[in-house]
Amino acid sequence: MDNHQDILLDVENLHTGYRLQGKFYDAVDGVDFTLKRNEVLAIVGESGCGKSTIASSIVGLYDRKNTRVTGDIKYKNLNLVSLTDGLFDQIRGNDIGMIFQDPMSSLNPLMKVGDQVAESLLYHTKMNKGQRRARVIELFKEVGMPKPETMYDMYPHELSGGLRQRVVIAMAVACKPEIIIADEPTTALDVTIQAQILDLLKEIQKESESGIILITHDLGVVAETADEVAVMYAGQIVEKADVKTLFSHPLHPYTRSLLNSMPQSDADDEDLHVIQGTVPSLKNMPREGDRFAARIPWIPASEHEKVPVMHEVEPNHFVRCTCWKNFHFQND
Amino acid sequence: MANEIIQIKDLKVHYPVRSGFWNRITDYVRAVDGISFSIKEGETYGLIGESGSGKSTTGKAIVGVEKATSGQIIYKGQDITKASVRRKLNYNKDVQMIFQDSMSSLNPRKRIEDIIAEPIRNFENLTTDQERDRVQELLDIVGMPSDSIYKFPHEFSGGQRQRIGIARAVATNPKLIVADEPTSALDLSVQAQVLNFMKHIQQQYNIAFLFISHDLGVIKHMSKNLAIMHRGRLVEVGSLEEIYKNPMHIYTKRLLAAIPQVDVENRDAHANERRRIEREFQKNQKDWYDKDGRVYPLQEVAPNHLVALPKEQIDGGE
Repeated sequence: MDNHQDILLDVENLHTGYRLQGKFYDAVDGVDFTLKRNEVLAIVGESGCGKSTIASSIVGLYDRKNTRVTGDIKYKNLNLVSLTDGLFDQIRGNDIGMIFQDPMSSLNPLMKVGDQVAESLLYHTKMNKGQRRARVIELFKEVGMPKPETMYDMYPHELSGGLRQRVVIAMAVACKPEIIIADEPTTALDVTIQAQILDLLKEIQKESESGIILITHDLGVVAETADEVAVMYAGQIVEKADVKTLFSHPLHPYTRSLLNSMPQSDADDEDLHVIQGTVPSLKNMPREGDRFAARIPWIPASEHEKVPVMHEVEPNHFVRCTCWKNFHFQND
Repeated sequence: MANEIIQIKDLKVHYPVRSGFWNRITDYVRAVDGISFSIKEGETYGLIGESGSGKSTTGKAIVGVEKATSGQIIYKGQDITKASVRRKLNYNKDVQMIFQDSMSSLNPRKRIEDIIAEPIRNFENLTTDQERDRVQELLDIVGMPSDSIYKFPHEFSGGQRQRIGIARAVATNPKLIVADEPTSALDLSVQAQVLNFMKHIQQQYNIAFLFISHDLGVIKHMSKNLAIMHRGRLVEVGSLEEIYKNPMHIYTKRLLAAIPQVDVENRDAHANERRRIEREFQKNQKDWYDKDGRVYPLQEVAPNHLVALPKEQIDGGE
């Protein structure tokens, strides 16, 4: 299984910085991961940790003037970091599909939803108009939309949130991409619809043997859908493991704190765990030492590494820094 | 019961739909269509529903922002759906609201001091110094630094802004706070902070909350009694344990099964269970709603557990 053929995307030492008042600040600061075929890789973190920046760096949807991307994003024999816009246009939509959070703002309100999905077929295939329409209707069926023929001629505002997201998914998978990047695909949806959409994504993945990068802040969604998980804090991956390991014995203090702050029924009258302090803003991000150290001040500085690196604690379980070894919650 | 703070009786909020040449009222959107429940003093009552179920409209009607079409909201023995009664009872002082989006519910051009002092100025006559002391005290309660009174809303993070919203709601010593999705725009760790503050304030001042949310995990953490809303009506009402352990309405079952669980070992079993219930829901859905798609009236099935059962099931059982 683990041969090189199965690696779809290889991200190495990715740095993505945004220009703020003339200086570049890295929102993504040295991220490595690989995406394999038939795998759902979840990237979890709170807002501002850089998880969406990773997505936009991969698909090249950033402002070239004010964004600096360095490192390697290897796809096939290409490096997506140094790709020109023209080449990107061939890859985006064809080899890499994107699903965004808010289906209303990723659809054109003045265009029939069917035509919007057909647009990507127009760019990437040689189908004629009739074939495109037939293919879109087929896609609508695949993503579980009722009455696909009628749906083709509807406008986004006529559809419910769940149906809109299905249209966006149909759009993303229209050209059978090898990689699907789903950036918070279910955050705007109700739980019952969320469950259906996640099921749908998994089905599509199984059928097309693609790899999915699922970006989310919802640990429940991760536990239900992911195969591999990367937890991000302040632009860096702090822990990486397969789902089972990550949820059964999380090691990094951030992962543990995050899991602890989930409202769970069992500990009824207790207070929820609160992580001290706040997520640092892009400008004020500590660039030296352990970035999470400020949030766990009761852990002495000697426990942290000077330059925290990822350690492979056990096979395929990576943790940044060594502070996890003697970590305890403040009131323990 | 003696210590109920508010009773909602058969509340309806209908919006007229106008169409045609004369722009006549041709139909109504029945956003809230006959719901009844009551909240006890100092408790957190959870109201769960998906988008479009009418849960926020219910909250607004209780605060008095939305006019009730019919039905009663009984507070201190009087029906407060009339504005004159609200004024007489000082209702708008006793019932406050926390909104979902803290950015749009705080005036961006006002300093925090003025934002929090606004409800105080409405209902109390305080000197400038007394007012400032009160604002400081409120900021203390929600754990904000004292220099924040001179700042503007944009200078704070989402969690801090939500705490300012809570401070403002608490400013008039209310008896009931309607919290409409107070944490759904927040990150997990910030949400934990806000929920903790809400709990502390409740214990300290004996405030009742109507906690409106679509997040069943949060409701589970916060409330003892809850109501589940669907299509403008309640499908199941009761205590937390009863509803979570023994859900009876098919919609409740479906909703509970759809919550993502942090249990990786059993996730396939959970997913299969969810799909089974979803199929059951699709198949038997019509049995649980009348011919107009309305939810049936609530029936008591156990003490403190009411379910909207269809007629056939009332005597026959399952």
